[in-house]
Amino acid sequence: MKNLVDHKLYKRENKTIGFSAETLKRIREIILHYPGDRKKSALLPVLHIAQQELGGYLCVDTMDYVASLLEIQPIEVYEVATFYTMFHLEPAGKYVIEVCQTGPCALCGGERILDHLENVLGIKNGETTSDGLFTLKTVECLGSCDTAPVILVNTEFYESMTHEKIDRIIEDLKNKGKQQPSETRWADLF
Amino acid sequence: MGRLVLTEKIGIPGIRDFAVYRAHGGYSLVEKALKEMTPADINREVTKSGLRGRGGAGFPTGLKWSFLDRKTDKPRYLVCNADESEPGTFKDRYLMEHIPHLLIEGLIISCFALGVKTCYIYVRGEFKYIIGILKKAIDEAYKQKFLGENILGTGFSLDIFLQPGGGAYICGEETAMLESLEGKRGNPRIKPPFPAYKGLYDCPTVVNNVETLAAIVPIIDMGGEAYAKIGKGKSTGTKLISACGNINKPGVYEIELGLPVEDFIFSEEYCSGIKNGKRLKAVIPGGSSVPVLPAELILRTLKGEQRLMTYESLAEGGFDSGTMLGSGGFIVYDEDACMVRNTWNFTRFYRHESCGQCSPCREGTAWMEMILLRIEQGKGKYSDIDLLVNIAGKIEGNTICPFGDAAAWPVSSAIRHFRHEFEFHIEHPEIVKNPDHGSLIQYQSSSIQYR
Repeated sequence: MKNLVDHKLYKRENKTIGFSAETLKRIREIILHYPGDRKKSALLPVLHIAQQELGGYLCVDTMDYVASLLEIQPIEVYEVATFYTMFHLEPAGKYVIEVCQTGPCALCGGERILDHLENVLGIKNGETTSDGLFTLKTVECLGSCDTAPVILVNTEFYESMTHEKIDRIIEDLKNKGKQQPSETRWADLF
Repeated sequence: MGRLVLTEKIGIPGIRDFAVYRAHGGYSLVEKALKEMTPADINREVTKSGLRGRGGAGFPTGLKWSFLDRKTDKPRYLVCNADESEPGTFKDRYLMEHIPHLLIEGLIISCFALGVKTCYIYVRGEFKYIIGILKKAIDEAYKQKFLGENILGTGFSLDIFLQPGGGAYICGEETAMLESLEGKRGNPRIKPPFPAYKGLYDCPTVVNNVETLAAIVPIIDMGGEAYAKIGKGKSTGTKLISACGNINKPGVYEIELGLPVEDFIFSEEYCSGIKNGKRLKAVIPGGSSVPVLPAELILRTLKGEQRLMTYESLAEGGFDSGTMLGSGGFIVYDEDACMVRNTWNFTRFYRHESCGQCSPCREGTAWMEMILLRIEQGKGKYSDIDLLVNIAGKIEGNTICPFGDAAAWPVSSAIRHFRHEFEFHIEHPEIVKNPDHGSLIQYQSSSIQYR
């Protein structure tokens, strides 16, 4: 049996963690969207912000920090972070590639897109490349079935995928690899 | 061409911006509703319109609104369900992406009618760019004083906030959505109490789908009676249908309810027929949760009547030979599709998305996935087919929320109408080893009455 102490929810990294003053200001504004005694409602928005701004995944230290910000118990954060698939509990690549596998995408070649990505990246579904650039994972319906097959790269949609398009996207991302991804900040969305 | 009431302005360049939307008559119905009508007037028009919930269940919106507890002094909430995750469904995304102000306008009128001062739009997290589009639209509406304190000097105040999901299909179920909004896992609540009495923060709450709330705008525009004249019988108005699968023109279409299914699939105006000159095998007309029907039953009912795109006509024949309009996620399968593989795929989806609260659903979906996979891989036995029917029957009706039914129906309907494909897999393990075996399955006479 796997030792419980090795479980991801037991691994503390003892990092000093904190949002920037600007992000903290935004979070205080978000908390005002809810009744005064319902700060916990801000948990999902704040976890999205934390994942994006504090290292690309939610380590226990980050979750404990979020709990302290919202004045809730750490367990209340863990149970939510483990329920929703958009939250990564282990280090993820700079680019997380999510491949839709559900019915309509599968009908239009989604399974072969996954095979092709595994070949191009040299990793299996669920793994991260050794240079830390790409994580590959399958997801369920992304709500873009008219442009199947669909992949999502860090919450950006890439539609009507073909093997050629995949090759080009991966090449582009590798070239851009050294820069910071220029995606929308979750903190600006609420 | 049917009447367009939701999407008619989508072609106007820049309609996403407040100024353009306003210049084309946008927000004039907020003015009409707030200045010339009482909340009771609006509720009356919505009831008269016969509008039914567009998220999938088809519950009459006016009736849902009438249940809202108006006696308590607690605050009331409206939650807009934009957690569109039903496989095959992408109509709300289309509406929010192209004409976000229509939704905001519908929300303001609905909140006024319901006496709501705080409204949340719960958008699935994967639609991050949609959240960005809505955020901009909401900011514009605040700037133009259509949101905030004392709107148009009427004394009515309203705040609209955006809430992201985290990638959980179950949060589209209304009580799971409320749990999620409270910062919890998306576990559906036991009902009663219904949200109309005890919803968000234990306060009276209405949860409506994006398309439902957008439809409030044309209803106020033309009046409930005129809206009810669009469509057919109890299926009033128009419906957004998101069409995908093996068709020539996938996309979102606004149809007048009552359009023949055959016209929707084959006419140039809509899906434009089956791709690559193939024949039609099956259709799931309302998102993956509704029963699949073979070609001959989706085009005509068992009585031989033409099947129409209405709540009633699609349901004609019950689950023996009918299906449901559901969310309007219209998935089309050509003759090469393997219905066993497809059923396994959807069951994997339900196993993945089950919240895990109720044993029949949590365990049943996992068992069904496992058995379907072994049949699909040519390792099944005849008794597996009845075992699947048995498990599906034990999930159905035995769970807190309708997710259990939604997981059971695709399996039981696939076996009901395509049993021969399941048997073919068991009889021909060497053929189904080929991943493209869909085209190799020999059809039985019952399902070859193709167009």
